[in-house]
Amino acid sequence: MGSLDTFVQQVFNGLVLGSLYALIALGYTMVYGIVNLINFAHGDVLMVGALTALSVIALAQAMAPGASGWVLMIVGMLAAIPVCVLLSLLIERVAYRPLRNAPRLAPLITAIGVSILLQTLAMIIWGRNHLTFPQLLSSEPITIGPATATATKLLVIALSAIIMVALLLLVQYTRLGRAMRATAENARVAALMGVNPNAVIAATFAIGAALAAVAGVMYASLYSVAHFYMGFIPGLKAFTAAVLGGIGNIPGAMLGGILLGLIEALGAGYIDQISNGVFGSNYQDVFAFIVLCAVLILRPSGLLGERVADRA
Amino acid sequence: MTTWMKSAATIVMAATALLGCGHKEEAATAGAGGGTQLLAQGGNVIRIGHVAPLSGGDAHLGKDNENGARLAADEINASGGVRLGDKIYRVEILGEDDKSDPREGTLAAQKLVDAGVVAVVGHLNSGSSIPASKIYNDAGVVQISPSTTAAKYTEQGFNTAFRVVANDNQQGTAMAEYAINNLKAKSVAIIDDRTAYGQGLVDVVEHVLKDHGVSVVGREYTNNKASDFNAILTKIRARQPDVIVYGGMDDTAGPMAKQIRQLGIKAPLLAGDGTCSPEFIKLAGDGADILTCSRAGEAVEKLPKGAQFMAKYKAKFGTDVQIYAPYAYDAVYVIVDAIRRAGSLDRAAIAAAVAKTDYDGLTGHISFDSKGDIKNGAISMFHVEGGQLNYLSTTR
Amino acid sequence: MNSVPLNLHQHRRSALLATTLIALVLLVLPLVAQWLGPAWVRTFAFAALYVMLALGLNIVVGFAGLLDLGYIAFYAVGAYTFALLASPHLTENFPSIAQAFPGGLHVPIWASIPLGAAIAAGFGVLLGAPVLKLRGDYLAIVTLGFGEIIRIFLNNLNEPINLTNGPQGITLIDPVRLGPLRFDHTVSLLGLQLTSLQLYYYLFTVLALLCVLVCVRLQDSRIGRAWMAIREDEIAAKAMGINVRNIKLLAFGLGATFGGVSGSMFAAFQGFVSPESFSLMESVIVLSMIVLGGLGHIPGVILGAVMLSVFPEFLRHTVGPLQMQLFGRIVVDTEVLRMLLYGVALVIIMLYRPKGLWPAPQHGVAPASAPPSAAQPQTGA
Repeated sequence: MGSLDTFVQQVFNGLVLGSLYALIALGYTMVYGIVNLINFAHGDVLMVGALTALSVIALAQAMAPGASGWVLMIVGMLAAIPVCVLLSLLIERVAYRPLRNAPRLAPLITAIGVSILLQTLAMIIWGRNHLTFPQLLSSEPITIGPATATATKLLVIALSAIIMVALLLLVQYTRLGRAMRATAENARVAALMGVNPNAVIAATFAIGAALAAVAGVMYASLYSVAHFYMGFIPGLKAFTAAVLGGIGNIPGAMLGGILLGLIEALGAGYIDQISNGVFGSNYQDVFAFIVLCAVLILRPSGLLGERVADRA
Repeated sequence: MTTWMKSAATIVMAATALLGCGHKEEAATAGAGGGTQLLAQGGNVIRIGHVAPLSGGDAHLGKDNENGARLAADEINASGGVRLGDKIYRVEILGEDDKSDPREGTLAAQKLVDAGVVAVVGHLNSGSSIPASKIYNDAGVVQISPSTTAAKYTEQGFNTAFRVVANDNQQGTAMAEYAINNLKAKSVAIIDDRTAYGQGLVDVVEHVLKDHGVSVVGREYTNNKASDFNAILTKIRARQPDVIVYGGMDDTAGPMAKQIRQLGIKAPLLAGDGTCSPEFIKLAGDGADILTCSRAGEAVEKLPKGAQFMAKYKAKFGTDVQIYAPYAYDAVYVIVDAIRRAGSLDRAAIAAAVAKTDYDGLTGHISFDSKGDIKNGAISMFHVEGGQLNYLSTTR
Repeated sequence: MNSVPLNLHQHRRSALLATTLIALVLLVLPLVAQWLGPAWVRTFAFAALYVMLALGLNIVVGFAGLLDLGYIAFYAVGAYTFALLASPHLTENFPSIAQAFPGGLHVPIWASIPLGAAIAAGFGVLLGAPVLKLRGDYLAIVTLGFGEIIRIFLNNLNEPINLTNGPQGITLIDPVRLGPLRFDHTVSLLGLQLTSLQLYYYLFTVLALLCVLVCVRLQDSRIGRAWMAIREDEIAAKAMGINVRNIKLLAFGLGATFGGVSGSMFAAFQGFVSPESFSLMESVIVLSMIVLGGLGHIPGVILGAVMLSVFPEFLRHTVGPLQMQLFGRIVVDTEVLRMLLYGVALVIIMLYRPKGLWPAPQHGVAPASAPPSAAQPQTGA
C-alpha cells in the first residue's frame, strides 16, 4: 500500500466524516443566523432521529422480513424526519421563543437544559445500553481506485451533497429562502415587508431538524450503533465546523464541515509524521482545535463569515 | 429588614427544610463514619454495597455485575440467611452508579460508607476503583472488585483492597504470549483507548512483545467515547501488521472490528477482558469473528457449576451473562463466608477474615495473596465464531 | 439593595446582622450535616469549591463579558500543579528530583497553593492573548478548544517524559497540613472532635469567603468598572481610555487564579487526580451555575453554585427512599430522575427568570417603593 494510496484513503475518510458534520452544522448555522442562538440541543435531535429510525426499522423488519436494505433505510428516514421536525418545533415554541429578547446567555442555558432533558427521555424510552443499528446496506468493501469504501459511506457523501445543493437552491431561489435571508438580516424590517418572522423561524428550525434526522440515520448506519448519548460529540464537532466556516453563513457551514472532517482524518493519519514522532494520534483532537484556533485568529469571523458588529 | 436579607433568610430556611426531610433512615444506621464500631443493623440486615456504572457505555456491564451480586444475595437469603450467634440476618445489596467516572465513584463510596455497609463489591472500572479504594481503606471497609484488572489497585498498600479476577500484568502477558505462540505474530499494531484500563493493559502487552522480538509497527490512540476509527485504521493498514491489539471496552471494540473489516484489513484483533462479551458480538455485526479476547478468570462456562449459573441467571434476569457477573456473585459469597468465620459484623474483623479466605466458589478456588490479588489467577482465551464466544484455553 | 433605608445606621445594623447570621450558619453547618451523614459534609465541601470556581468564571463571563467554555482547564492546572508538588509521582519518575528531595516532595500549602494559582493565571493569560479580537461565539469555541486541549495533554503526557501519568492519574497526594494538623485525620479542637471532612469544609469555606471578598473589592474598583465597560461596549470603553487588551488579559488571568486555587484544594481533598474529572461538561456546569444564579451578581453566583452542587446530591439521597415510601418500589431510577429534574430546573428557571434567580439590581431604575424624588433619570439597563 503506497503512501499515496493511504493519503487518498484518508481523504476519503475525511470526506465521509465531513459530509456528516456539514449536514449537522447547517442546522446550527441556520438557527444562529436567524435568532442568534447556539442550539445546544441540536445534537440530541440527531440522536432522537437515529433512535426513532432504529425502532421503526426494527418494526418494519418484523412486519416485512424480506424488505431490502434500501427500502428500510428510506422508511427509517421518513419516520425520523417528522419526529425530529415536530420535536424541534416544540422546543422552539416552548423553550426558545419566550427568550428571544432575554440576555444572551439565557437561551444557551435553556438549550443545555433541553439537551439534558432529551438525553434523559431517550434513556427512559430506549434504555441506557448501546443499541445496534442494523446493517442495512452491504458492508462488503468496494474498491474505488486506491480507496476502500462501503455502500453506506458512498451514500453518506452522495446524500449530503444532494441535500446541500438542494438547500442552497432553496435559500437562493425560493420565497421561503428569501424570507429566511431577510429575517436573518433584519427581522423587523422583514416583518414590515410582509414576512412572518415566527413562521420563518419555525421553518428554519424545521429544516435544521430534518437535516439532523437524516444525519442521525446516516451516522447510526455508518457506525452501526445508537444510544442516548450519541448526539453530544457530533453536535460539538458540527458546532466547531459551523464556527470554522463562519457561523450564520450557510455555505460556510458546508465548507467548515467538510474541512473539519478532512482535518480530523488527515490529522489523525499524519500527525506523527508532521511532528516527527513527538505527537501521535492521541493528539488528533488537539490538532483539529489548533487548526481551528489558527483559522480564527487569522480570520476572526470564520472562513466565510462576514465581519460582525463589534457588540459581543 | 432589607429585601436581600429576607431572601437570604428564606434560602437558609429552605435549605434546612431540604436537608431535614427524607434523611432519617440513613441517620439511624450511619455510625460517625469510619472506625471499627459494631454497626447497629436494624431489622437484622447485612448491608453489602455494590458500585458499578449503570449509565454510559459500560452500563450493560455494570448491570451485569449488580445482577450477579443480587443473585447471590437472593440465594443466600432463600437458603436461610446468615446466622450469627442467635440472630438470623438477611443480605441486602445497596447498589450505586458511578457512571465510570472517578469522582462519582468517590461520592458513591462515601455514601456507602456512611450508610453502614460492612463490605463493598466493586467497582467495575479501574479508574473508579482506585480512588474509591482510599475511601474504603480510611473507613476500614473491605472492597472486593469483580472486574478491576489494573495492577495499581492492589499496589497502593491498602489491606482492604481485594479482587477475585487476575490483574493486567497477568492478562497482558497471556495476551502477548498468545499472539506470539498461537497467532504467530511477527509484527503488531497496538491501539488503546487512553483510559487507565486500556492503556495499562496494552503497555504490558507491548513490553512482553518487545521482549520477545516482535516489532510494534504502529501505536495508535483513540478515546472511550469515539466511534470513528477509520483514520487510525487506515494508517495501520498501510503498515500491514500480523495482529492488531486493542486495549479498551466492548462498546468501542465492536464498531472498531466492523470498520477493520470494512477497510479490508485482514489482521485478527486481539483484545482484553473488557471486550469479551456478547455485547461486542452484537455491536461488531459481521466483523465480530476477527476477535480473540482474554478473560481475567476461569472460563465459567466450562466449570462444573458454570452452566447451572448461566441458566439461573438467564431465568432470573432474562439476558445472558455479559462478563463479570459470576465474579460479583462469588465476591458476595466470599464476604458472607468471611462474616461467618469472623462471627461478627465488625468491619475490621471482616476485613481480616477476607484476607484469610479459602473458599471454593463458582469461579474456582479463591484465596488472596498479601497484596489482595487472587492466588493462581487464571486467564482464559476466547475466539468469536459463528456469533458465539468459543473457549480456547486457560493459562494460570 | 432595592429598598434604600433612609437611615445609614439602620443599613449598617442590618448588614451586620445578616453577616453574623450567615457566619453562624456556615460555622454550624458541618456539625449539623455530620449528624445527617458525612456524605453531606463532603457535598458542602464540594459546594464551597464550586463557589470559588463560579466566582472565578463570573469574573470572566459576568464582569468582563467574555464567554469562556473551557474554564475547567484552569481548575485542572491548579489540581495537577498541587498533585505534582505533593505526591510521590515526580520523585518516582525523575531520579534527579528524587536525589534533590530525598524525603519526597511535600511542598507545604502556603507555597503550593500560590504556585498553583500563579501557574493557572499564566495559562489564563496564555489563553487570553491570542483571542483578544474574537467575539461572542467564536471566543466560546476557542476557549472550549483550549479546555479540551489541556485535558488531552493531561491525558497523554506520560510519554516521552512522564509528567502527568496519563490516564492513570496521580495518586497518593498529600492532604492539607496546617502546622501539626493533618487534615486526613480527625482532630480535637476546642473540645470538639472534627473529622477530616469537616476540616476540609472549614478550609474551603474560608477560602471561598476570601474569594468573595476579593470579588466584591474588584467589582467596585477601577478594574471592575473597566470590565463592565468593555462588557457593555468595547469601542466606547476604548474611547474612554481603557486599555482593553490589558483589562481582558487581567480578566482571564484573575479568573484563572480562582480556578487554580480551587483546583489545588480539590487535589488535596481527593488525594487523586485524573483527566476524567476535567471534562467539557464540568465547564458547562459551572457556566450554568453562574447564569442560573444571576450573571455578574456575586450573591446570585454563590446561590447558583450552591444550588447546582447540592441539589443533585440531595436528590441522590432522597429520591430513592421517597419512592420507596410512596410506591413501595423504585419506579423511576434515581439517576434518571436526577438528570430529568436537573434539565427541567435549568429550562424552567431560565424561562421564568432569564436574568437568573438573583440578578444584579438594575442601576438607574427607580425602585417602586422609593419616595418620588426630583430628578430620577430613567436609564433602562
